[in-house]
Amino acid sequence: MSGPQLRHVGLNLTGADTLEPGEAESSLYGFWIFLMSDAVLFALLFAVYGTQLAATAGAPGPQDVFEIGPAFVETLILLTSSLTFGLAAIAMKYDRTRTGLVVWLCVSLTLGIAFLGFELNDFATMASKDATPDRSGFLSAFFALVPTHGLHVTIGCLWIVVMLAQIATFGPDDRVKLNLLRLGLFWHFLDIVWIGIFSVVYLQGVLR
Amino acid sequence: MTGARPMSRTAGRRPAAAAAWPGRTRAVAVALGALGLLPLGGCGVLDHGFLGAAGPVADETRSLFYTVCVILIFVAGPVLVLTPIFAWHYRLSNTKSAYRPQWGFNWPLEGFIWIPPAIIVVVLAVFLWRGTHRLDPYKPLAADASPVEVQVVALDWKWLFIYPEEGVASVDELVFPAGRPVHLSLTSGTVMQSFFIPQLAGQIYAMAGMTTQLNLAAHKSGRFRGENTQFNGMGFQNQKFPVLAESEDGYRAWLARAKRSGKTLDMDAYKTLSARSVQAQPSQFGSVAPKLFKSILALDDAGAHAAHKEAKQ
Amino acid sequence: MSGDDLWYWLLGRLDAKALPFVRAWDHPTLSEFIGAGAGAMVVIGGIAMVVLLTWMRWWRPLFLDWLTSLDHKKIGIMYVVIAAVMFTRALIEAVLMRTQQSLAINAPGIVAPEHFAQLFSTHGTIMIFFMAMPFLTGLINYVVPLQIGTRDVAFPLLNSISLMLTAGGAGLVMVSLAVGDFSTGGWSGYPPYTGKAFQPGVGPDYWIWAVTLSSLGTTLSGLNFATTIYKKRCPGMHLMRMPLFCWTALCTSVLMIFAMPPLTLATALLALDRYADFHFFTNDLGGNMMNYVNLFWLFGHPEVYILILPAFGVYSEVISAFSSKELYGYISLVLATMAIGVLSFTVWLHHFFTMGQSADVNAVFGIATMTIAVPTGVKIYDWIWTMFRGEVRFTAPMLFSLAFLVTFVLGGLSGIMLAVPPIDYVVHNTVFLVAHFHNVLIPGLLYGMIAGYMYWFPKAFGFRLDERWGKISFVCWVAGFYLAFMPLYVLGLGGMARRSQALFEPDYRPWLIVAVLGAFLLLAGLATLFVQLFVSVRNREANRVPVGDPWDARSLEWSIPAPPPEYNFATIPHVDRRDVFYWRKAEESTYRAAERYDDIAVPKNSWIGPIVGFAGAICAFGLVWHIWWMAILGLVFAWVAVIARSFVRDTHRIVPAAEVEARERRWLAEVERARPIPRRLEETPQNVGLAEPFPAPVPA
Ligand code: HEA
Ligand code: HEA
Ligand code: CUA
Ligand SMILES: [Cu+2]
Repeated sequence: MSGPQLRHVGLNLTGADTLEPGEAESSLYGFWIFLMSDAVLFALLFAVYGTQLAATAGAPGPQDVFEIGPAFVETLILLTSSLTFGLAAIAMKYDRTRTGLVVWLCVSLTLGIAFLGFELNDFATMASKDATPDRSGFLSAFFALVPTHGLHVTIGCLWIVVMLAQIATFGPDDRVKLNLLRLGLFWHFLDIVWIGIFSVVYLQGVLR
Repeated sequence: MTGARPMSRTAGRRPAAAAAWPGRTRAVAVALGALGLLPLGGCGVLDHGFLGAAGPVADETRSLFYTVCVILIFVAGPVLVLTPIFAWHYRLSNTKSAYRPQWGFNWPLEGFIWIPPAIIVVVLAVFLWRGTHRLDPYKPLAADASPVEVQVVALDWKWLFIYPEEGVASVDELVFPAGRPVHLSLTSGTVMQSFFIPQLAGQIYAMAGMTTQLNLAAHKSGRFRGENTQFNGMGFQNQKFPVLAESEDGYRAWLARAKRSGKTLDMDAYKTLSARSVQAQPSQFGSVAPKLFKSILALDDAGAHAAHKEAKQ
Repeated sequence: MSGDDLWYWLLGRLDAKALPFVRAWDHPTLSEFIGAGAGAMVVIGGIAMVVLLTWMRWWRPLFLDWLTSLDHKKIGIMYVVIAAVMFTRALIEAVLMRTQQSLAINAPGIVAPEHFAQLFSTHGTIMIFFMAMPFLTGLINYVVPLQIGTRDVAFPLLNSISLMLTAGGAGLVMVSLAVGDFSTGGWSGYPPYTGKAFQPGVGPDYWIWAVTLSSLGTTLSGLNFATTIYKKRCPGMHLMRMPLFCWTALCTSVLMIFAMPPLTLATALLALDRYADFHFFTNDLGGNMMNYVNLFWLFGHPEVYILILPAFGVYSEVISAFSSKELYGYISLVLATMAIGVLSFTVWLHHFFTMGQSADVNAVFGIATMTIAVPTGVKIYDWIWTMFRGEVRFTAPMLFSLAFLVTFVLGGLSGIMLAVPPIDYVVHNTVFLVAHFHNVLIPGLLYGMIAGYMYWFPKAFGFRLDERWGKISFVCWVAGFYLAFMPLYVLGLGGMARRSQALFEPDYRPWLIVAVLGAFLLLAGLATLFVQLFVSVRNREANRVPVGDPWDARSLEWSIPAPPPEYNFATIPHVDRRDVFYWRKAEESTYRAAERYDDIAVPKNSWIGPIVGFAGAICAFGLVWHIWWMAILGLVFAWVAVIARSFVRDTHRIVPAAEVEARERRWLAEVERARPIPRRLEETPQNVGLAEPFPAPVPA
């Protein structure tokens, strides 16, 4: 695997017919497919959430438990972290030193952790209002959908830590770069899912 | 494949009460079965299903089934005929058959293999659409007489039938007058089950906290087998019950007998009844607490299905 | 901490009663003895394996050459071995069930309801997830990279992890025989029956985690194959030049990617209900089991096409090869495959027509279901017309294909009947349905897998399978199938419910007796397959086909030695048309040394796969028995292994060009010596894998 093969990172269905397919291309492609599979999972979680909206069974419902303020802050944090991850990717591409890359990764990581902190705080607030998953179908659906996203963010954070360790060990070599590209896809994907959660769960819950 | 057997022989038999068949018949059946002469030995089997139809719903289902079968013969025919013929005619050792190893496409033939199946599917789809609407289990049956209302509760491993208009209830025994439509509302006091009286109508699920509906009727009086077909635990195989289509008088007499039984079905009695068990004999309740069915529905699922439930009721 | 607490901390809810031997001791009934016997078989089988491996000194090769291997060919073979082992168990269970039903007419029979319920649940689960899926994944693994002219799949390590996750799941099902009970909820595991309120025991948990492991493995396999096929084809291998098996593999992979998440979600939510007191599918507090039913069949229906499509691919290869002829209607077949794949996501509701939807909804889904008949029929006709003006040879794989054509149609037609909602209302949940799906699964999927196994076996091991035993087995399979399952159609029309441990209708008896005879014949079918394997291994010297093309076949996998070198192709082939190997043979441009050979990088063996699979199984076992430390340990272990691996840079080994060249030349010398044989001698020892062009084709 060599440098030039990294030039192309998108989906490419036709080009591969003639050229000897590079590892970079196929691993990114494979990761895209993984994300599609993951997207199906989230889509179904949303669908289950939708069917369970009314299933409050006497326990607190959407209006009682959601607070738009923290959710909005979380949205801002996550969106910013996507931006900083983008900056990390640019640094990886154009910066000869590894400082920019490492700094931006650390910023993204911090934002990710901050996001998780806010989210956990949300859950704690809900628990204090007796809104726990064993109370109703609605709360079960909420606590399946939102924490699954949170779990993904946690894995993303762990992945950033691993990548920092790899940069420290190997420097940004080809495999590290490839991995960072995949991590980037993952990170942006989580952003998209969150936007879904923010609008479907929080906004809708509060506006109703 | 005859539908002309006396009703009593096709009757739903309670497992506990199931009498052995006459030894001779059984021995003959076994011997023939073992010989593979099945069409003779086990012919009566079809009478137990919807092909032994005894009511308008099963009647129509049967004719739809035959129609579909006839259409499908035309589908299966070519494959069943062409496969052996081609394989044999073009066998390696037949040096007289043509050999065109590069022949792999032909427009007319493409048309032949895409279009007729598509047409058949369209034809089938028409039958399907009409049949599905005509035989919708929720659709009331056309009849002069008003339907008998029965509320059905699926339990482990028995069936509870509540007659709200008569104020009686029975367990593991469904009785109604022949010739009059019956309208069933079903729910479950336990896991999901599937209510099925093969000779009268198709299945419908019974689910906790929800109601489903089924309409059926019997042409004339007779005894049929009803069952649950959705596995629900260790007593599943025993969850069969007799269905008795009686004359109007016989039905009245049965109601009176039920009334005399004296027992009352209220929430407490229901709780006792719903414990997991197989009942050896059918039993009756002479009176039923008002709105019991609604209360049973409300036991499960406090919030979720409120909307859905109304829609279904 | 009291003694009890400590015990719970250490072993969760595991205790002596979990062992079937103890239960058989407590309640000495025939049914318990059968349970204990099965448990004993697992234990004794395990011990026998250990002894055998030690005795033959096979431990090292087992681990170093096989379990840690990242070679797609070895991984493929291991998949098939898992399938064979699990299959044997599930078949025995099937025979037990048939025996029970034939005896238990107004009588108790030999297995108690509890055991009967475990039998159909394990049988169904194993057949689908641990027989059919590994079998087809194994074939795809072995064949696809060879057919598209590449050296490996896109992600060799991931491939090994998928395999080992599947193996872990299979192991968990096996363990349930000896420790505790399996689920009684059928292969579809419907709550609320499988919920905590009704099944507090470990059964559903075994089912949940076994299926979860397998579905994770399958998702990863799907991703891997799809990437392989999209990105690793050799130069010139356009999509429309791929052999049909690759197309079906691609379609199946795409289905895997999109259809497994619903299953993963369904089992995960069920697990949350059971472990964390959630309310997705419970009766109370707003749970809604209809969500489960939808999720499960959103997976379950595409799943049956995941199963059948690779078999369709095998038939395409086999019928074309043994008709000595180009496949008829290649483009039609590709389009039909794609159409089936797409349509398969639009029909799931036909599995619960009786749940009380409106007539409109049922009708729409019924019609959607029937449309699948059109592309399927096109395929059937394409195969029939492939034989037209060919030269058909009745080898065992071809016989299986012919039996498939005739028999599958009947199963498909019963599917069409089920697709008509009013008809479904009266045969749903009866053994008519059981007859339908065995009628598509056995003559469809299984015949295909067996045909594929016989067809590619010489490629994988370098010698042909015994034809005579193959044909004996074929007779058992076909006669056995008709006897075992045609009676079920009749019984189903007679209203016999599926999953019945006992029956009360004497009229059923003769049909049930025929069915059990059929089941024994099927058992004989399996036994003869093993005999065939045994005989063939014994006579392998006489049946060697080192040149690699025993069937005068058409695609690239036959252009290399049998068995192939680990790097598959000494030089990556260039392709300029469909059926390229066939044309090269015709133009005598194959079996030539290349101008130059290069070093080849092949993936080094890795322990990560076995570690992840084992850790996954440990985690699952811990979860089943609430042994939390074990579950956490397994999970952490698996992740640490994967992360640690990402720090390994030295993952490839170089096979030097000289070695490649030497091997290639030795093989070419063998080709030189070999005598090409005509097709009528292909079943004789003279067949060393070099085909006499038959007859010399005229370039179009
Ligand atoms: C692929 C799927 C598959 C296959 C092959 C089979 C094969 C068989 N099955 Fe079944 N079966 C199911 C899937 C399958 N089944 C499912 C999903 C259910 C529903 C479970 C539920 O209710 O939830 C079921 C249920 C089921 C029942 C329960 C019916 C009921 O509910 O009342 C019965 C009863 O007899 C039965 C019988 C049989 C028999 C006799 C066979 C025989 O035909 C077996 C013949 C098969 C073989 C002999 C194996 C061949 C294997 C190989 C060739 C591999 C060897 C490999 C090498 C040598 C390399 N099956
Ligand atoms: C490999 C597996 C496989 C395959 C290929 C199929 C193929 C089909 N299946 Fe089957 N099915 C199962 C496995 C499979 N099925 C299983 C396992 C279950 C039960 C699960 C459970 O409950 O446990 C099931 C259940 C099932 C049901 C649910 C029934 C119920 O629960 O009550 C239905 C209903 O529509 C159905 C329909 C069909 C149809 C229409 C096809 C079609 O794809 C068939 C198409 C083929 C043909 C039609 C024949 C060839 C075509 C021609 C010769 C052309 C001309 C034809 C026409 C014009 C009609 N299947
Ligand atoms: Cu069943 Cu709503
Ligand atoms: Cu289906």
